[in-house]
Amino acid sequence: MSTNATAAHKEEAVYVYQAPVRLWHWVNAIAIVALCVTGYFIGSPLPSVHGEASDSFLFGWIRYIHFSAAYILIVGFLLRVYWAFVGNHHARQIFIPRVWTAAFWKELGHEIMWYAMIAKQPMKYVGHNPLATLVMHIMFVWGIVFMIFTGLALYGEGAGMGSWQYNLFSSWLIPLFGQSQDVHSWHHLGMWVIICFAIIHIYAAVREDIMSRQSIISSMFSGWRTFRDDKPADD
Amino acid sequence: MTETFYDVMRRQGITRRSFLKFCSLTAAALGLGPSFAPQIAHAMETKPRIPVLWLHGLECTCCSESFIRSAHPLAKDVILSMISLDYDDTIMAAAGHQAEAIVEETIQKYDGNFILACEGNPPLNQEGMSCIIAGKPYLEQLKKAAEHCKAIISWGSCASWGCVQAARPNPTQATPIHKVPGLAPKPIIKVPGCPPIAEVMTAVITYILTFERFPELDRQGRPKMFYSQRIHDKCYRRPHFDAGQFVESFDDEGARKGYCLYKVGCKGPTTYNACSTVRWNGGLSFPIQSGHPCFGCSEDGFWDKGSFYDRLTDIHGFGVEADADKIGGTAAAVVGAAAAAHAAVSAVKRARQKGGES
Repeated sequence: MSTNATAAHKEEAVYVYQAPVRLWHWVNAIAIVALCVTGYFIGSPLPSVHGEASDSFLFGWIRYIHFSAAYILIVGFLLRVYWAFVGNHHARQIFIPRVWTAAFWKELGHEIMWYAMIAKQPMKYVGHNPLATLVMHIMFVWGIVFMIFTGLALYGEGAGMGSWQYNLFSSWLIPLFGQSQDVHSWHHLGMWVIICFAIIHIYAAVREDIMSRQSIISSMFSGWRTFRDDKPADD
Repeated sequence: MTETFYDVMRRQGITRRSFLKFCSLTAAALGLGPSFAPQIAHAMETKPRIPVLWLHGLECTCCSESFIRSAHPLAKDVILSMISLDYDDTIMAAAGHQAEAIVEETIQKYDGNFILACEGNPPLNQEGMSCIIAGKPYLEQLKKAAEHCKAIISWGSCASWGCVQAARPNPTQATPIHKVPGLAPKPIIKVPGCPPIAEVMTAVITYILTFERFPELDRQGRPKMFYSQRIHDKCYRRPHFDAGQFVESFDDEGARKGYCLYKVGCKGPTTYNACSTVRWNGGLSFPIQSGHPCFGCSEDGFWDKGSFYDRLTDIHGFGVEADADKIGGTAAAVVGAAAAAHAAVSAVKRARQKGGES
């Protein structure tokens, strides 16, 4: 171990993720896990249960968990959007990437170089870095919006004509995609986009937690972002 | 003066008692209250029969076959005489020039008042040469009749969506009625299915006659009373679905016990039709009841959605045919492998840096 690595440094801390954002993050994460597992089994059911049909409600329960988790996710997402308006400016970051600024694209380039292991060190960020912001915005925010819309459209089919889900979603979304089966297929694809996002998200969070210049994982528990050095961001 | 339906029925020897039975059964089939039966009877007794031109484009005649097999009481007498079927080349007595003269006559005599029933659709490529009727492209006949009709009924999946002749790559460019360019903007009711259920067809005509308007349609132009629910919503095998009891292959124990056909590709959950309630052949059975999954014949483009025995649509354009789960699973595996590789490289880099520092 070098003395350098453990040299005394002052840890600056900034409060980034407010309590509602953190709570939402973890509720949302659990809901997504439940949705992916149950959703996969709805698409590819487990081997048959034998015995009388009246003795079992396995598939019914799987669907029930899927729908319940979906509503939790939807309500959570709506509250999260609301919080983007009333919370601190970090709460707006993933919804509105600052793509109109030159700095965003320049720093995005730097972050890509960092991930390509060409740049020697990343820049410091109080919130998300531009690459993370962009991936979260495209894959997560729009991915979830897509899943909520297609999901409610499929739910509305079962709820029937006259239900608000049918009127608001199924009635126009199903003809838009062609027919019900197409919406099902796209909803499956959407799940895989979210799973790909989760893999990238967790990997990047762990990697950044180890290799970047600020805390990552613990920040989503405590809300505080700490920095490991007090050098300027682009040093 | 055109005679009424009632006149025709009586002339054909149908008793008033049978006639009233037909009215109340039709009211029930349409989902109307008992009070509507007299209304239907009244309409049948007083209103002149609607003249109908039944044109055939690219089709297989399964709609006509279904229609004449309506198992409703009095079907063979009532249904065919209910509408004043002025032209239907499959079942009319006239042929050749005689038959074609009737089209002209109907158009002139009932200009703006007849119903145009379309079975099949016109091909647009080669100026419609892939479907010739009496020496002229069907497309011309259709456009002319549409110009003068009151409303259009699109019978079956051909007229409604395109069906098999419009399946990829659709060399003749067979086009459903509502998408034919330059067609007069007349109200269109779609009665999809390959074929549609006979009772649904007759009920739609009865409704139009009784109330002189279309029944309530959904966003895609189908009558809500028959197409507002999926096969799945009223399937008698639904308890097996909820229990998680599925047929895994066609010769297994589950198949013999009548389990849910979801895993062998049943399209019931994505198909809007009345098969599971009205059923076929006089309520005798329907595909799922006979042990075969629904393949969604009343849905748009059902020929192009991959295997009839898979629930996911094949997605083309990836070089291979694959469904959403194969593509998504592969993508997730690639992303996972990439993350692992990236992690390994990162670890090596970090170890080297530390090594350099010490």
